[in-house]
Amino acid sequence: MSLDLIIFIVLSALTLASAIGVVITRNPITSVLLLILTFFCISGHYLLMNAQFLAIVNIIVYAGAIMVLFLFVIMLMNLNKDTEPQKSTMVQFAGVISGGCLLLVILMAFQSSGIELTQTSTTVSNIGLIKVLGKKLFTDFVFPFEISSVLFLSAMIGTVVLGKKDDDIATAIQDS
Amino acid sequence: MYLAVDLSFIIEKVILISVILGGSLGVAMYLTWAERKVAAIMQDRVGPNRAGPFGLLQPLADGLKLFAKEEIIPTFSNKFLFIIGPSLAMLTALMTSAIIPWGPTFDGFVLQVADINIGMLFIFGVLSVGVYGIMLGAWASNNKYSLLSGIRAAAQAVSYELALGLSLIALIMLTGTMSVKEMVEQQHGFWADGWFTWNVFKQPLGFIIFLVCSFAELNRAPFDMAESESELIGGYHTEYSSMKLGFFLFAEYINLFITSVIISCLYFGGYNFPGMDWVALNVPPLVFSLLGVVVVITKAILFVLFFMAIRWTLPRFRYDQLMNLGWKKLIPLALINMIITGAAILFWFK
Repeated sequence: MSLDLIIFIVLSALTLASAIGVVITRNPITSVLLLILTFFCISGHYLLMNAQFLAIVNIIVYAGAIMVLFLFVIMLMNLNKDTEPQKSTMVQFAGVISGGCLLLVILMAFQSSGIELTQTSTTVSNIGLIKVLGKKLFTDFVFPFEISSVLFLSAMIGTVVLGKKDDDIATAIQDS
Repeated sequence: MYLAVDLSFIIEKVILISVILGGSLGVAMYLTWAERKVAAIMQDRVGPNRAGPFGLLQPLADGLKLFAKEEIIPTFSNKFLFIIGPSLAMLTALMTSAIIPWGPTFDGFVLQVADINIGMLFIFGVLSVGVYGIMLGAWASNNKYSLLSGIRAAAQAVSYELALGLSLIALIMLTGTMSVKEMVEQQHGFWADGWFTWNVFKQPLGFIIFLVCSFAELNRAPFDMAESESELIGGYHTEYSSMKLGFFLFAEYINLFITSVIISCLYFGGYNFPGMDWVALNVPPLVFSLLGVVVVITKAILFVLFFMAIRWTLPRFRYDQLMNLGWKKLIPLALINMIITGAAILFWFK
């Protein structure tokens, strides 16, 4: 057993435990905190695969920005145990069954797709390093990269439009 | 089962980490004293002068007082989150020190805990996680003033992180590296090839943006919206007592010190100083390394004094002014700085 393997097992156990915790806990704040812990664990997995850039960007974007906004909203709405709607047993059963079906479908699709899992060597592979990744993005994958930037731009404009009040937009249209 | 562990490496790093953590805590302790003395001098008062000569034992007395005070945990608050708030604040305050190069290498002993090649992104990461301590502590206090303060702190941190990141991107474009150590090594000496080597002379606008944003990230006046005692009592630490309050206050001073060290490393040459080549030839390497440490800490202390002088000079911003400055002035300015840097690299430094 190498050190990598031990770290992997511990990290995976922690990831799964915190991810399950997100779903089964009743308190929304605990849920969000466990989700943050899950993101940190996933970053740990990226580090094990020598993808340092992905690991740190995962922390900055998900744990640092998006989850702060999640926490923000939950704190403002002051959700707690009492306000959570109680679902009937029927709905809970239906949820479990459909979730299990989804898992089966994904597993089957994965198995039949014939992807061979190759183990990435932690010492040789350096695809996750920032220099290699940047060169790949701006040579081989430049078109999808630029397309995704347009997608981001439209999302940003969409947020601004949605965030404005209706009469603001109406006056803006009249002015133009 | 065989674990390949380099014991001497671990011992070396453990010693270094302990020295850095102990040092940062000690410095932060005396920063509380320095803050009062600076305030006193600027307001023509005497400041703390009872405990020891020049009041130098005041921080110890304060620490003892905080430890001895009664711990109060408000009813109806989430006890776990209430305790984890200040702990997280302390943890993130101390984490950034890991990537700081404290001095030149001697005999293979690197004066840096970890030279990771994404050092700059690590700073972002810790910064963006740093707001959780305040937010969780504020929410768990179950007090509307604390909650308002926590929300303000989070909004402010998220807004100013953007401009901070954009100003650093220009610096990364210029230096072509993300490792803080390499960045410091590039600023060797003071003058080379007909221009200053320190980044502040290559990125003046970026430096100013970075400085303003670090005021905001540190929650210091004129951006101390999260505390603003006149409107929010004390902000996020209203309900805290004893050493948990101490942790929040202490984390703030550690952040102040570490941020000053980072500013001096990124923009003011770190451990480099004019005439260092001559000195390196004439003194033993150990003395030279220690001299580097002294230089970087001196620069950091100067920045700390600057931060303190500003605190006692400028009044607090209004909340809408703060948001306007962040989103409508600093971010466009940082973008312009990025474009200028890109054009300069393209046309002048082919």
